[in-house]
Formats: sequence, structure tokens, C-alpha cells
Amino acid sequence: MRRIGRVLLPVLFWLGVWQLAAAAVGQELLLPGPAAVGRRLLELAAGAVFWQTALASLLRIFGGLLLGVALGALLAGLTAWVPLLDWVLTPAVKVVRATPVASFILLVYLWVERGRVPGLISALMVLPVVWGNVTRGIAETDPQLLELARAYGFGRGRTLRRIYIPSVLPYFASGCRTALGLAWKAGVAAEVLCQPQNAIGTQIYNTKYYLETPSLFAWTLVVIALSFLLEWAVGGLLRRAEGLEGGRRP
Amino acid sequence: MIRIEDLSVAFGGKQVLDGFSLELPDTGVTALSGPSGCGKTTLLRVLSGLQRPESGRVLGLAPEETALLFQENRLLPWRTVEQQLTDVLPRPRRDEAARLLALAGLTGEQEHLPAALSGGMARRLALVRALALGRRYLLLDEPFTGVDAPRAEALMAAVRAAGTPVLLAAHERHTLSLADTVVYLDGPPLKVLQIRGKPLQ
Repeated sequence: MRRIGRVLLPVLFWLGVWQLAAAAVGQELLLPGPAAVGRRLLELAAGAVFWQTALASLLRIFGGLLLGVALGALLAGLTAWVPLLDWVLTPAVKVVRATPVASFILLVYLWVERGRVPGLISALMVLPVVWGNVTRGIAETDPQLLELARAYGFGRGRTLRRIYIPSVLPYFASGCRTALGLAWKAGVAAEVLCQPQNAIGTQIYNTKYYLETPSLFAWTLVVIALSFLLEWAVGGLLRRAEGLEGGRRP
Repeated sequence: MIRIEDLSVAFGGKQVLDGFSLELPDTGVTALSGPSGCGKTTLLRVLSGLQRPESGRVLGLAPEETALLFQENRLLPWRTVEQQLTDVLPRPRRDEAARLLALAGLTGEQEHLPAALSGGMARRLALVRALALGRRYLLLDEPFTGVDAPRAEALMAAVRAAGTPVLLAAHERHTLSLADTVVYLDGPPLKVLQIRGKPLQ
């Protein structure tokens, strides 16, 4: 009962605020009410294009997320291994972090075909976060355990499997959780600017032309819902990985 | 016989070992006794190959032949009690884990993580993990911290039965009483005050 209340109460409260605000403004073009947006969402969801669009965006951005996570983790391993590489790459990653995402989107748009921009942008946003977290995890690995590995003849493979990976995993997981939101938002922004076929961002862009504010709200709700879905799925996966590494609890 | 010849090690600007020499028996249990910080741990680290001396050498014992029990337990927090042993046991001896757990009095704890163990249990686990390595010579740094006397005796008896020679650093009188030979030390720099027990031949 309490749990249902925890979810339902804030939802109802904010829907009420939204409804009141919409009524006060009184113009659907500026602020459509929840009912209008809900109706629009249902209309959209009735067509196959809606699902194709949502799936295409999801796959595109999730692919970028995976690419960024893989490259970030790989790069962190390399820079921990080769300090020279760390010196060269650290400033580059800092620059990437500080660059506005819109600049990157337009730049990447010049280089690759529009369908690939959102994925690449997501990867680019994710990479520094995962790189930073994994690097910190490697640096924080207990030197006493590493010395034990040396004294007990663990070798490279076993040291990696038994000590580095379990030590880094929590840092990696927290990096992935942060990166997820970034990837999704940057990816949709890239879709808005580049308008690939079958993309939520393209649909959002089109609402501007036709002054279709309820559609803008409806698609934005889709973005939010998919973001939650992705967070839930990836979060579950990471929790499982952490649980496995933690062994069976007493 | 193991001969330590003229070892010198500096640590943070302090000369911990300065031309240190000692002969150790290659059988039985030898204890190193001395105030904390006198250089016992450094000596064990040199013997295990973790600390490279600036000069001097060790004859009759190669680092790969030693199994060092660290002063800290250094158990892997994410591995279960049993996995701590199977991680270091050579593949053909994996089934010895149960025997070693029994020896440490940890039967029934194999699924637990180190965090669930008491101080004494964790210490015993770290000790049998060093045994599990199956090396020729045991180096034990304060092996029985938090371990009660009867259990310490039982563990020592098991080590003796296996015939593995032991060099241990300790300062509790009870642990020293378990040794055949006690080398009394002072330092830094480390120096031998007195050797008691069976004369070295």
C-alpha cells in the first residue's frame, strides 16, 4: 500500500499541477493539458510507424552507449598500463567533456551520414565518463592485494580476473549508470539536429513545423519512458554482475 | 641450511637491514622475535622476493620456493572462504580445499565471504591459504594474531606433520614456545642478540 502510494501520489500531484497550469494558460499551442497529450500519444501508438521509430532510436542510441562503454573501458585499461598514453589522452578527454554537445553533433554530421550521428554522439558522451570511472577504479585497487597476487604467482590473467575486475566493477557500474542518461539525451539531441529516418528526434523536430505542441509533449514522454526502461534494464544487468562478483552472501 | 649474507635494505631513508647475516635451519620451526619495527617483516619480504635488497644475497632458498603469510590477512573480499583456497591451489590439488578448511576449523563456512568471519577465523583462513600454495618453505609474519592457543598449536602440529620448514616472526611468548629455535633480534638496523634452542649445525 505504502509502495503504491509512493509512486502514485507524486504522479497524481504533478499531473494535477500540469492540468492546472494548462487550464491557466488556456492555449493548447503553448501548453497542452495531460488529456490532450495522452490522446495524442494513444493516436501515435496506434500506428506501426510509432513503434518502428521508437525501436530505431532505442537501438541506435543503445548501440552508441555500448560502443562508448567498450571504448571507455578499453582506453582506461590502456592508459593505466602505458602512462605515456595517459599523458596524451587525458587532456583530449577533458576537452571532449568541456565541448558543447551541439558542436560535436554538427561536426560529426559533416563527417558521417546522418543515421550514424546519434550513435556516435552517444558514444562520445559515454566514453569520458566510463574512462574516468574505470581509471579511478584501477587506481584505487588495493596495492596489498596486488602484492599478494605477485607473491602467490597469480600471473596476469588471474590478477586481472580475481583482483582488478572485481575491484573496478563498482566504479564501472556507477559510470555506466551516469553515462546512460547522458547517452540518451545527447543521442536524441543529435537526432533532432540531423533528422535521420525513423527517429524520435526527427519527429520532435517536425512538431515545430506544424506547431504540434501535443505531439512534442507526447514524443518527449516517449523519450522519458524509454530512458526509464533503459535505466531499469541496464541497472538490473549491472546489479546481477555485481552480485555474482560478490559471491553468495551469508 | 639457508644462508643470509650481508643483506642491506633502506626504507624511507632508514637503513632497516645493514649488512645483516644469519644462518637458518632448513627443517623445523624457527621463530624471529624482536620489537615491532625492528626489521623482521622486511627480512621476510626479502626472502619472499617482494623486497629487493641493495646488496647481499640469500643462499639455499629461492623466492619462488617460499609461501609468505602477510601480517595482514589480505583475503579477497569478493571470494568465498572456499574460493580463497581453490584460487591458489594448483589444479590437481583442488580437492584439498576441504581438508585445509577442516584444519583451519572452517568447515561449514565455505560459502561465506571474508567479511562474515571473525578475526581469528580470517587469520586461520589466510594461514591455510599460504599452505595451499604448496611451496617448500613457509614464511609466517605474526601468524597467530587473534588465534587462540589450542588452535595455534593444532595448526603448527599440522604444518610440522607436513614436514614444511617454517620461519615465523612473532612476539607472543606462546607462539615462540612452538618453535624449535628462537632468534632474538633488535633494530633497526636489524641485528641478532641471541639464538636459543637447538644449536644450528
